[in-house]
Amino acid sequence: MNWINAIWNFYLDGFRAMTVGRKLWVIILIKFFIIFIVIRLIFFPNFLNSKFQSEDEKGNYVREQLIIRN
Amino acid sequence: MLDQIDLSMVDWARAQFALTAIYHWLFVPLTLGLSFIVAIMETIYVRTGNPEWKKITKFWMLLFGINFAIGVATGIILEFEFGTNWSNYSWFVGDIFGAPLAIEGIMAFFLESTFIAVMFFGWNKVSKGFHLTASWLTAIGANLSALWILVANAWMQSPVGMKFNPETARNEMINFWDVLFSPVAVNKFLHTISNGYVIASIFVIGISAWFLLRKRHVLTAKRSILVAGIFGLITSLFLAFTGDGSAYTVAQKQPMKLAAMEGLYNGSNGAGLVAIGILEPSVKPGDGQDPFLMKVEIPKLLSILGYKDSKAFVPGVNDIVNGGYKPWYVDTPEEEKESAYSVAQKMEKGKLAIAALRDFKTASKAGDTIMADISRKQLEENFPYFGYGYLSKPESVIPNIPLTFYSFHLMVALGFYFILLFIVVLYFLNRGNLEKQRWLLWISLWTIPLAYLASQAGWVVAEVGRQPWVIQDLLPTIAAVSMIGAGSVKTTFWIFAALFTALLIAEIMIMVRQIKIGPKDGGQ
Repeated sequence: MNWINAIWNFYLDGFRAMTVGRKLWVIILIKFFIIFIVIRLIFFPNFLNSKFQSEDEKGNYVREQLIIRN
Repeated sequence: MLDQIDLSMVDWARAQFALTAIYHWLFVPLTLGLSFIVAIMETIYVRTGNPEWKKITKFWMLLFGINFAIGVATGIILEFEFGTNWSNYSWFVGDIFGAPLAIEGIMAFFLESTFIAVMFFGWNKVSKGFHLTASWLTAIGANLSALWILVANAWMQSPVGMKFNPETARNEMINFWDVLFSPVAVNKFLHTISNGYVIASIFVIGISAWFLLRKRHVLTAKRSILVAGIFGLITSLFLAFTGDGSAYTVAQKQPMKLAAMEGLYNGSNGAGLVAIGILEPSVKPGDGQDPFLMKVEIPKLLSILGYKDSKAFVPGVNDIVNGGYKPWYVDTPEEEKESAYSVAQKMEKGKLAIAALRDFKTASKAGDTIMADISRKQLEENFPYFGYGYLSKPESVIPNIPLTFYSFHLMVALGFYFILLFIVVLYFLNRGNLEKQRWLLWISLWTIPLAYLASQAGWVVAEVGRQPWVIQDLLPTIAAVSMIGAGSVKTTFWIFAALFTALLIAEIMIMVRQIKIGPKDGGQ
């Protein structure tokens, strides 16, 4: 278990000692919230997953699209 | 059916993808190159034990960290766009992209995330050797991550190593090594990462030049310029070499893109390379007029670069549309060896392929195995032209020629300028009077945006030049896009524009602040 403590303390000390890094982490967290919560969930549902349950249904739909779009 | 597709959706989805990719590529190349420059600097520190080199390493490592932190995950949005806006395409290529992107994700997470932590938190906590190893592994990991993305992109430019399965409507990988080591993938990877190395070298030289102009941190600046100058010179020469390799693969696999890059409307044997040229905007392919207002051409060079033969025929836009010429491509299909198909002929074959897919589906549903086998065979025979079946007219295969032409020539001109800059900077550094050449220091500083401009121009050539294809010859944008309205794509386009601009401003502000503070004894 000592090595787990060592890794934990390594990261903890690293984060505590950060100066510019703290500002960067704030930016990263805000960015992740916007990208993965706001953008992903609200604006970017997976088109096929939202319409079909099975792989067969998705394949049939895309094949149909490929046939009728010419 | 086409009338049910919101055509503005295609344009907005393309614009959104372009915007996201352009912004993403503002962050990536500096990460690719600066990680290696930092590792080289740290290697010098470990070998010499000179604390000045530790200070230098930590300063550039900080700027690397800022760029990495701001840029991280900006590329994930491209994957969101695949699933929402380009669902037909995502399904069509799913099995090919799955493996490279999964490897990229695992590598990015384990290699970069783990070793970056050691890079930034590990000073004085791990041994010098272990820390140095972490720095090199971060650089290698970042570049290997780029490999898988670029392999996926290269497959779209030159699809190989797969077979289309009409039962699932997907391409399935049959040879991973063909995908990984296709000439397009190899050249694209090497050309793109060496571009990142050149950008990072110019970044280091430009900022160091600013220190010299301010007469601050002079020793740090000169040593940084020494490393970046040598690294930049070597990698810019390699960039030119891989650029030649890329142009060769374009000539072989995407002749229309090459014709657009050169503004070549009518092909010829022993075609010259346009060194400088201005296109006449009103002249279109098929007009029968000279498309150039003026041009300076190097005789026979395009044939030599494209086909390794000064007498080779380089097809122009009109030749490719009308067909009938004898191709010089290395792996020309047997049936086109004497006379290339016209686009109209390819459209017929594409429609046959699509009809065969329809017949296969009908026969399979009815349990008619004989008819299904016949249809499958017909589909396989015509599959190389599958995407042409969606085109409304032969001229649809012509990309935006002025944008491709000027982007290509801007990229090449700047590429040679960068080589010259590295030589001149190293010359004056070697003579010991670089800090007195204030004109050169200002030029070095203002070359930083030019390095990014050249890089973006390269991507414009690669992506605009291959339109209308999402996958070369197999899937045009019109067939790849999802059946959704343009409304939400417009909204997210502006959200992305605001988000990325905010990130870019944040990056520039934080970086400028740290550059003004400068390197500190003992690091940041």
